[in-house]
Amino acid sequence: MHTALAWRNIWRNPRRTAVILAAIIIGVWAMIFLGSLMRGMAGGMVKNAIDTLTGHIQIHQKGYRSDPAIEYTMTDPEPVLSDLDAILPPGSDWAGRVRVHAMANNARHSAGVAFVGIDPETEPLVSFIGPETLIEGRYLQKDDSNAILVGKALLEKFETHLGYKLVLMAQDADREVASRAFRITGVFDAEMAAAEKGFVFVNRSAAQKMLKMGRGLSEIAIVLPDREKVPATAEILKQKLPDHYEVHTWQELLSAIAGYLEIFDGFMLLWYLIIFIAMGFGIVNTILMAVFERMREFGVLKALGMRPWWIVRGVLTESCLLLLLGMAAGNLLSLGSIFLLSHAGGIDLSAFAAGIEYSGVSRIVLPVLNRQDLVTANLVVFFLGLLISLYPAIKAARFTPVQAMTHI
Amino acid sequence: MDMTDHPAKIVQVADVVKTYQQGSVAVHALRGVSLSVEKGEFTALAGPSGSGKTTLLNIIGGLDKADAGEITVDGNRFNEMRDSDLARLRLYKIGFVFQSYNLIPVLSAVENVEYVMLLQGISRKERRDRSRAILDDVELSGKYDRRPHELSGGQQQRVAVARAIVSNPAIVLADEPTANLDSETGRGLLEMMREMNVSKSVTFIFSTHDRMVMEYARRLVRIRDGQVADDILK
Repeated sequence: MHTALAWRNIWRNPRRTAVILAAIIIGVWAMIFLGSLMRGMAGGMVKNAIDTLTGHIQIHQKGYRSDPAIEYTMTDPEPVLSDLDAILPPGSDWAGRVRVHAMANNARHSAGVAFVGIDPETEPLVSFIGPETLIEGRYLQKDDSNAILVGKALLEKFETHLGYKLVLMAQDADREVASRAFRITGVFDAEMAAAEKGFVFVNRSAAQKMLKMGRGLSEIAIVLPDREKVPATAEILKQKLPDHYEVHTWQELLSAIAGYLEIFDGFMLLWYLIIFIAMGFGIVNTILMAVFERMREFGVLKALGMRPWWIVRGVLTESCLLLLLGMAAGNLLSLGSIFLLSHAGGIDLSAFAAGIEYSGVSRIVLPVLNRQDLVTANLVVFFLGLLISLYPAIKAARFTPVQAMTHI
Repeated sequence: MDMTDHPAKIVQVADVVKTYQQGSVAVHALRGVSLSVEKGEFTALAGPSGSGKTTLLNIIGGLDKADAGEITVDGNRFNEMRDSDLARLRLYKIGFVFQSYNLIPVLSAVENVEYVMLLQGISRKERRDRSRAILDDVELSGKYDRRPHELSGGQQQRVAVARAIVSNPAIVLADEPTANLDSETGRGLLEMMREMNVSKSVTFIFSTHDRMVMEYARRLVRIRDGQVADDILK
């Protein structure tokens, strides 16, 4: 009967209840839905960074990381490569690359690029480049020696076209400047324009030949089936590989992003609290109004023998029902919004913020629902909601019956 | 005054003083009132507005505290009781009927009557059975599920009386119970309360300035300027 009484009390003034419910619903929606977009942005940023030739783990010649020059080439990577399948967890993929800084030129333009020699078969397993990302032309083939893949943004910047030549200049293993022309056979579209402008891809053997590297590699990128396995796998690799190799995890390679992710949960909690503070004022005000309107009734209840604690419990039961109702609707609205937006293909932010891709954020942001975020948001609303409802509840309980019954 | 507990004396008030502060003015509501009420009495505290009768009723009901004097209800000395003890006493020993009915608007007639028993922790079935029986007694059969706004003033006051007596309190305190009713309805209500007084030995104490209520009372205590001016046993 206590719950029934609380339920009927909250519907005494449907308009006021609608206002307070709207505040809770919008608050919960803002927490969960906008939180999922923030989570999606952060997740997209990590995914982009990992896809943009980082992978989960990289193996280099010692010294390459601080000075990514051709001198720090893994000159004889075959023993390492043959051991990888045995060391890595099942389902892992890896690819060896040549990667040096180079100057790209055509008749009109020149620009610094990362010149990457890839194995056309294994590279799509560990990075964004592959047949799917091509929007024009064709992907590299095993025996292509002159073919080069360029990004759409670089193509536009260089005012060139498919089938045209692009000249690359880079320092070779003999510290001489090597230069040769490649023909543009494919144009790729990357998540980030920076990747489209910054990378050009050729067959690994063509790059090795041009740079006189023999069978040498600049790096080996590894992608594991589960990101959680990265630290343990990296540790095993460090133990098993010879000393002249160095192993880095994506967190070490992308320290800024990894740091951002570490404080991201804190940001989310802060976000919830800011929304709750705005919502909380509305809740307290409305419940306080409802309590003052019924002050006479509380006096009667006290006269009948109701103890102050029971009045607190009654007001808190009403708050609890309002919060649960608002939370249920807010959760449904959030889940619905997330579902619809996911099926609509996400939000294209490029129209709102030019250059956003330079910060590593995807142009398309898809909401990511994290169970922990969902639970945290609901716990924040429920427990802080009850906590702030204590104020009007205690106020109602403190009046003496005579005070309450003479309250106008 | 002798305050020795006497089983027949359900209410004993001795030298009670109450002063209210209204701004900078001290209002002496009660100036040393002494009164005893025996079990089964049907007593009216009569007097004009501002005489102190409602204050005295509130103090007997433990709703307000006296500045001085002693109050004992059914053997419980108020001076020795905390607020929570007073709440418990009101719950089990005292029934209230208010001038403006004061039913809980979101509860039906039967639920309003049940509510006191709910606070007492009585089982749902017993609550329901006793509430219906008492509503039958106050001639509200068939109106169990009506909300207060669906009942007339007289019917609401009958529900309030039913709520006051359903848990067999030692006394029922009624503050001007007929003030908001027309004379015919008021008379019906008084007859009904008198019937309860006789058949169930419920002790009633009213505050009133209604001549009709004074006529129905078996004992009339006139209060004037915060003091007992007259005490007539009919």
